[in-house]
Amino acid sequence: MAIEIKDIEHLAGLARIAVSDSEKEVLKHDLEEILAYVSEIKEVAESADSRLGAAEMGTPEASELRNVMRADEGAHEPGVFTESILAAAPQREGNRILVKKIL
Amino acid sequence: MTLNIKQLTIKEAHELLISKKMSVLELCEAVLREAEGSRNLNAYLEIFDDVRAQAEGTQKMIDNGTATPLTGIPFAMKDNILIKGKIASASSKMLENYVATYDAGVTKKLRDAGAVFIGRTNMDEFAMGGSTENSAFGVTKNPHDKTRVPGGSSGGSAAVMAAGAALGALGSDTGGSIRQPAAFCGVVGLKPTYGSVSRSGLMAMASSLDQIGPFAKTVKDAEIIFNVIKGHDPMDSTSVPLELSQRDERKPRVIGVPVDFVHAKGVDPRVLENFEQSLEKLKVAGYEIRDISLPSLAHGLSVYYILMPAEVSSNLARFDGVRYGYHADGANLLEDYTHSRGEGFGREVRRRILLGTYVLSSGYYDAYYGRANAVREMLKNDLAKAFEGVDVIATPTTPTPAFKIGEKSSDPLQMYLADIFTVPVNIAGVPAISVPSGFVEEEGSKLPLGIQFIAPHFCEDALFAVGQDLERAQKES
Repeated sequence: MAIEIKDIEHLAGLARIAVSDSEKEVLKHDLEEILAYVSEIKEVAESADSRLGAAEMGTPEASELRNVMRADEGAHEPGVFTESILAAAPQREGNRILVKKIL
Repeated sequence: MTLNIKQLTIKEAHELLISKKMSVLELCEAVLREAEGSRNLNAYLEIFDDVRAQAEGTQKMIDNGTATPLTGIPFAMKDNILIKGKIASASSKMLENYVATYDAGVTKKLRDAGAVFIGRTNMDEFAMGGSTENSAFGVTKNPHDKTRVPGGSSGGSAAVMAAGAALGALGSDTGGSIRQPAAFCGVVGLKPTYGSVSRSGLMAMASSLDQIGPFAKTVKDAEIIFNVIKGHDPMDSTSVPLELSQRDERKPRVIGVPVDFVHAKGVDPRVLENFEQSLEKLKVAGYEIRDISLPSLAHGLSVYYILMPAEVSSNLARFDGVRYGYHADGANLLEDYTHSRGEGFGREVRRRILLGTYVLSSGYYDAYYGRANAVREMLKNDLAKAFEGVDVIATPTTPTPAFKIGEKSSDPLQMYLADIFTVPVNIAGVPAISVPSGFVEEEGSKLPLGIQFIAPHFCEDALFAVGQDLERAQKES
């Protein structure tokens, strides 16, 4: 399971995580080792396929899945949570969360 | 009166409170003294400053006759469970100053029952780890040997129980995070059936595996806590309504032992010897011990280390440095994200997010995530079949006793292998309990071990029955 440094950089980009150069080496080694261990799943899955049939492939909790609905009612008063939510924001401007411009 | 607070159970404390032999304040102060005395363990991240006010409030419930079995009982809460108005950091720099804006479902149930919240306990960051070494606020030490880990991720909750610094504690268990520290610290730990206890207000790690459960000194106490925190909650869509949680009321009689699985490579011979002794005691107590074959259990760890990081990478996407939590300034919004997440998350969390991103990425999704789900189904089916022949399944809780601080922290795979017996339970969503089963001597310390019992969905009662029979047999021998 060969992982390249550029793969680590790509994953870190997708995950929006800044990773230092020294950590990239460590992550490359760790991910290779962990993926080598979990790859045994491929052979096991083949026997699972033949036992379960393709319909059950990739449908976790299939037997337990159910829709959970609620009536669209009982809304809270506007603004009652505004202050406690904004109080947690790193940067705010009035009643808004402040972010850098993206355009 | 003199009181051995370290041995005191919830059941005994309740009787003392109800008969007015002790006030809630006296009980809480005795527990706070133990908490102060064991500060060097680094088990509590914070001891709350309103314990006395809480004690006075709950004393009223006792005085006016509305007390429940948990009224006035001092509780410790893992730091990823929200208590309104208190910091909930998940032992992460990301949420170091985050104040919860609402009560978790379990917090509300404990509060309504009159429990007193003593403090919040240390853990592996965002519940990722098996030793509390991944906490941003320092490792917790095992009360039985301060050079060793208490286990994890709910290591702080297990350690405060072992130190007598709480009468009950809550933790969360995604792959063994209640049972493994319970075994390492010599206390009882229960991972309930998936869906039986609300996850509302628990910080999500791997949502299809996470479950809140109790730590206690005895199986009876664990049962008392479970009966308070369980139940349907509309705020958690995976919480199971009562009518769907059908269970078997029979008293368990046959214990299955997956022999090949238990004798896996890397299991300490002293653990196996202790396990056999516990089985012998249960045989004397009238149980039939039956060897069973469950080869798919051995694949639990592989399934877990694909599904769990996949869910982690998705769940932790919410920490963006914009709405709440740690913020690091960059040159633009993208750098705000990458710096906030790069600095706010610790090493193990970053590792798991990247691993999860890998197994979910285009081209690898079917090879890893799809196949892991197929094997998950296989494991669940095999377990369900096994339960047609036996009432509960027993394994050791952990392959070794508590390891040294630092021993495994640089080798993630070695750390992951410590979860081998506990992980399959979360994969299948069934309940399991770890009960103290004795000690091994090592370098002058007596290190606790645990035995794990697994039951079919919603059959926690079977676990309590076997667990209490084992406790009784231990007292007699």
